[in-house]
Amino acid sequence: MITAIKPGMFTTVQDGGRWGYQAYGMPVAGAMDRYAYGSANLLVGNSCDAAALEMTMLGGTFRFDVSTSIAICGADMGALLNGMEIRPWQAVQIAKGSELVFSYALSGCRAYLAVQGGIDVPLVMGSRSTYTRASVGGFQGRALRPGDVLSIGEQQGLQGMARSLPTQFVPRYETEISLRVLLGPQNDLFTAEGVATLFNSSYVISSEADRMGYRLEGPKIQHLGKADIVSDALCQGAVQVPAHGMPIVMMADRATTGGYTKIGTVIGPDLTKLAQAKPGDTVRFMTCTDADAVEALRSEREIYRQMHQMFNADKEKKGFDGQGRHFDITVDGRKFSVKIKER
Amino acid sequence: MDGIRMLPAGEQGLVVEFGQTIDSGINSRVHQTAKLLNQKIGDAIFEIVPTYRSLLVYFNPLRITRAELIQQIEMILVKTESYLAEEVQKQVVVIPVCYGGDFGPDLHFVAQHNDLSPDEVIRIHTSHPYQVYMIGFTPGFPYLGGMSERIATPRLEKPRIKIPAGSVGIAGSQTGFYPMESPGGWRLIGRTPIKAFDPQALNPFLFDAGQYLQFEAITEEEYRVIDRQVDVGEYSPVLRCHAKGGSGI
Repeated sequence: MITAIKPGMFTTVQDGGRWGYQAYGMPVAGAMDRYAYGSANLLVGNSCDAAALEMTMLGGTFRFDVSTSIAICGADMGALLNGMEIRPWQAVQIAKGSELVFSYALSGCRAYLAVQGGIDVPLVMGSRSTYTRASVGGFQGRALRPGDVLSIGEQQGLQGMARSLPTQFVPRYETEISLRVLLGPQNDLFTAEGVATLFNSSYVISSEADRMGYRLEGPKIQHLGKADIVSDALCQGAVQVPAHGMPIVMMADRATTGGYTKIGTVIGPDLTKLAQAKPGDTVRFMTCTDADAVEALRSEREIYRQMHQMFNADKEKKGFDGQGRHFDITVDGRKFSVKIKER
Repeated sequence: MDGIRMLPAGEQGLVVEFGQTIDSGINSRVHQTAKLLNQKIGDAIFEIVPTYRSLLVYFNPLRITRAELIQQIEMILVKTESYLAEEVQKQVVVIPVCYGGDFGPDLHFVAQHNDLSPDEVIRIHTSHPYQVYMIGFTPGFPYLGGMSERIATPRLEKPRIKIPAGSVGIAGSQTGFYPMESPGGWRLIGRTPIKAFDPQALNPFLFDAGQYLQFEAITEEEYRVIDRQVDVGEYSPVLRCHAKGGSGI
C-alpha cells in the first residue's frame, strides 16, 4: 500500500486510456505523456498499460508500506527517497516504510510514478484511468487528497535487477518545442494564408492548458468563412480553431465531439512533447505527411519493443533453445549480451 | 461515392464524412455504416465514433494502411446504400418523464413562449420518438433530432451552474436530457428517474446513437416508484420496436 501524505497539485491514477466508449460520449482520458508513462511501466517490469500515478507541476509525498520497485519518468520533480536524491528514468528499489518526496517540476510538466504490479484501483469500463469531470475511474473518480491509501497490484515484475533507460531514449524537455501536424479534417475551411500562419508562426501556451486541451496564443489563423461546423468527432491532438483564430490542441480528457473547425492534428508521437510543456512555453507547428506520421509511430513502437527486450533479457535467456538472434547492447555504460527468441 | 469524403484526423484517424448538415437521412447512413464497421473492430480498426454527419475511425496504421482501410470502408458503403432503401426497424427506448413542478421549472415559460398550455407542450413533446443523432458533450448526453418547432424555445441567457441528473430540456429546436449533473443553459421541462449513464453497470449506457427515444409522461408518484427501482437495480428500461414509416422524423 502507498499513502499519499501530500497528494501534489493534481495527481491522478492513469493508464493507457478508456478506449471503446467514445460513441457514448465517454472521453478516453489516460496518461497525457504516453512515452514517459510507458517507459516507467516497462522499467519496473509491468505491462505497458498498467496504472500509474500522473503528477502535474508539483509532485506529492508518499509513504510505502511495502518493499517494491518503482520508476519515475517524465518531468524531473527532484525526487528524494528517504532524503536521498534519486534519478528519474530508472528502476529504484524501495524498502518498506520509505518516504518518497517530490517537489516542483524542474523540467517538463508531468511525472509518472510506476510501481511494480501497478496501482490497483477497480477497472471501470475496461480502464483504471481517472476522468475527473465525470468522476469516473481511478481513485474514487478524483485527484488524490491527503491521506488517500492506494493498493498495489500483484507484483509479477522483475526482481532485483538494476534497470535504467539508455540516455538516447531519455527525452530532454525544452521550453520551445516543435510539433508535426497532419492537415485535416477541416483544413479546407481555412484560407491558404490561415494555413501558412499556423506553420510560420510561434504560439505561446496560455494558462488554460490542462488535461482537456492546450489553448495557445499568437497570430490569428484566418478562416475562409464560419468557424463553426455541425459537431463531429475530436481525436487526440486535434487542433481546433474557433472564431477567435487561436488554436486549441485537444488532449487526453477532450470531449468526444466538438463544433469548431479543426485545421489539423498533432501527430501522436509528438503529443508527448506538448504534454510536458508548460504555460509560457513556445510551440511551433511543422507540416508533415501521412507517411512521415506513420513512420514516427513505427519508431516509437520500436523503442518500446527494444526497451521490453532490454529489461526482460534475463527472462528471455531462460527459455533459449539455441535458435534466435544475439545482440550486444550497452545500457548506461554496462554491456549486456542479449539473445532473442523470436516467436 | 455520392459526395462522401475520406479525411485524415491524425495518423490513426480517418473521418468518413457523409455531409455537413444535420439531416435524418445522412445520420441514418452514419449509423448504418458504423454498425457494419463495428463488426470489424480488432487490432487494425480499434474504435468508431459516429456523429451527426460523420464517422471517426481509429485504426492502427502499422496493421492496416490508410489506403486499405478506405477500400474496406468503400465496400461497406456500397452495402449501406441498398440497406437504406429497405424498411428499417426503429429501436425505441422509453424515457418516463415527470413534467413541470420542481422537476421542470421552465415548462410554463416554454408554454407561454409558444402560446400553448403546459399540457399541450407535454403532448407535443411526447407525441413521437426522437432519433438519437449523436451522443456527446458529457457521457451519455443524447443529441436528438425531430422535435416539433411548435415547442422550440431559446436557451437561458444565463446558464444554470448545476442541473440535476435526469433533467429533460429544450434548447432552440433541440431536446434532450442530462444523464449526469452538469451546468447547462437548456430550458428544463421535466425530469426522468432513469439513469442513462451508470459507470458501474455491466452496460453503462442506456441507449446507442442511432436508436430512438420516446418520452412518456408519468406522475410524481410513478416517478418515486421508478426512482426506487433504479436505486436498487430493479428497473429495466422499456424497449419497443416500430417499423419506420413516413413520420415527420
